[in-house]
Amino acid sequence: MPRTVIWYRHDVRAWSHGWEDFVDLKLDHHTKDGIEIVDVEGEIDVYTAPRLRELLIELVNNGFYQLVVNMEKVEFLDSTGLGVLVGGLKRVRAHDGSLDLVCTQERILKIFRITGLTKVFGIHDTVDAAITARRSEK
Amino acid sequence: MATVEVSFTALPAHVRTARLVATAVARRSGVAESLLEEVRLAVGEACSRAVEAHRRSCPGEPVRIALTDGAGRFEVEVTDTGARPAHGTGQSAASSGDGQALPPGFGIAVIAGLADHVQVKETPAGTSIRMSWPSAVPAD
Repeated sequence: MPRTVIWYRHDVRAWSHGWEDFVDLKLDHHTKDGIEIVDVEGEIDVYTAPRLRELLIELVNNGFYQLVVNMEKVEFLDSTGLGVLVGGLKRVRAHDGSLDLVCTQERILKIFRITGLTKVFGIHDTVDAAITARRSEK
Repeated sequence: MATVEVSFTALPAHVRTARLVATAVARRSGVAESLLEEVRLAVGEACSRAVEAHRRSCPGEPVRIALTDGAGRFEVEVTDTGARPAHGTGQSAASSGDGQALPPGFGIAVIAGLADHVQVKETPAGTSIRMSWPSAVPAD
């Protein structure tokens, strides 16, 4: 049977990023022009995605149905993260709401392209552009 | 024999480590910088899928990754021993915990879109995903 190797988080940190700049996932949100902006920083993967999912559920449960997820500081996104975003979109749409994205990073946009999800989400260059686009659709 | 072999406890927290190891070995093997992000994402997808499979059927068993550099190719094989689900090619990590937000097999579809060459082998014991990218041809 293979030996089980467990890397402790500080080992990974020291090895790959340095101690001071490692962020696995940082979430914040605020309201702007009546739309809830969710700022995401770090990596959205099978480990961290549940935290984003919980936040999106909490926002919808609290009556926020117009969401913009700002992904400009996202360093990594996998299909688990995509699943959470699609789940969030389904939840807000159930209330006639919207979930738009802000992203200009090619490495993140690529996964939206290869999965065809660029047709599902409104993807904008800035938070202001996302808000303007949403307002113009009303 | 693989250049580097890693086995890790089937926990989501360790998938990031697997991605880091694979990317580091790929870089050292001469995989082009422009492809490293694809390696990172594809290995992450395969490991996420394997972790989910193990958590369903054999949480105590480790997930194995073999990273091999040779003949101008960098190859990654992620092997799980999670029993195959009743339908399809394995439930994607993408749908776990979020209902059916994305269809089963979505993670494997993403891998197919990223890796240069992909082979998925399913046996009663589990699933092996083998993927490869071009690397620098070793000097004579």
